[in-house]
Amino acid sequence: MLFYIFAGAAVLGALLVVTQKNPVYSVLALIASFFGLSGLYVLLEAPFVAVVQIIIYAGAIMVLFLFTVMLLNVPREDAAEWDRAHPLYRPMAVRIGGALAILLALELGWALSRTAGLGGGVADEHPAVSSVAELGRVLFTDYMFAFEVTSILIIVAMVGAVVLAKKREE
Amino acid sequence: MSIGHYLVLSGVLFSIGAAGVFLRKNLITLLLSVEIMLNAVNLAFVAFGRQFGTVDGQIITFFVMTVAAAEAAVGLALVIGLFRHRESLNPEAFTSLKW
Repeated sequence: MLFYIFAGAAVLGALLVVTQKNPVYSVLALIASFFGLSGLYVLLEAPFVAVVQIIIYAGAIMVLFLFTVMLLNVPREDAAEWDRAHPLYRPMAVRIGGALAILLALELGWALSRTAGLGGGVADEHPAVSSVAELGRVLFTDYMFAFEVTSILIIVAMVGAVVLAKKREE
Repeated sequence: MSIGHYLVLSGVLFSIGAAGVFLRKNLITLLLSVEIMLNAVNLAFVAFGRQFGTVDGQIITFFVMTVAAAEAAVGLALVIGLFRHRESLNPEAFTSLKW
């Protein structure tokens, strides 16, 4: 039951993100969607991921987005611009895209119906590993190299963001 | 809830994100749609990790989050630069390199 509530919140939030014209509302809807996903992580017995989802995603990344939206004072997408001459509203694109979407849905349904072991709950077979201590141990032993590479990635992203956003002095 | 439920939800969220990337004409909303797709993948990782009783799914989720943060920082810096250049966020305004 809780699954459906959280899943509904996540899907509804995502749909609002895609349909809203005003980017500020899109960002706020995405934060709501992240709260739904965070609830799902709690149901999956991954409380640390749930907390990190709220703190990092909803707290940091989305604030960065909101900050940029406010900073740029982004004009909302006009309805006219949205309706007029969008290549996806051409009839051929609608037909081919619709056919591909139906095909994808059929394939997904087929694959799920043919795969064994989907009947039981996720928590049936193995006990959950949700302790932060175990998480940290694996992160700093098995995933040591990836962790260090991530630190390089963050430095590069930081420097890159500063360089890109700096005003050119000419 | 079975793993199938989580996988279907993940697929639905990913499809919404992909549709957003194709349909919207606002660079900020495009980046937000990419975030939706990354989160759909995160959900699948955590669900599989729970199914098999390992911690690896959660750890890969942290790496995906780090990459998402880096992508957001660089992407938004690019958006600011582009907006300064053309005063528009419509991707169709930036087609000078198109052949």
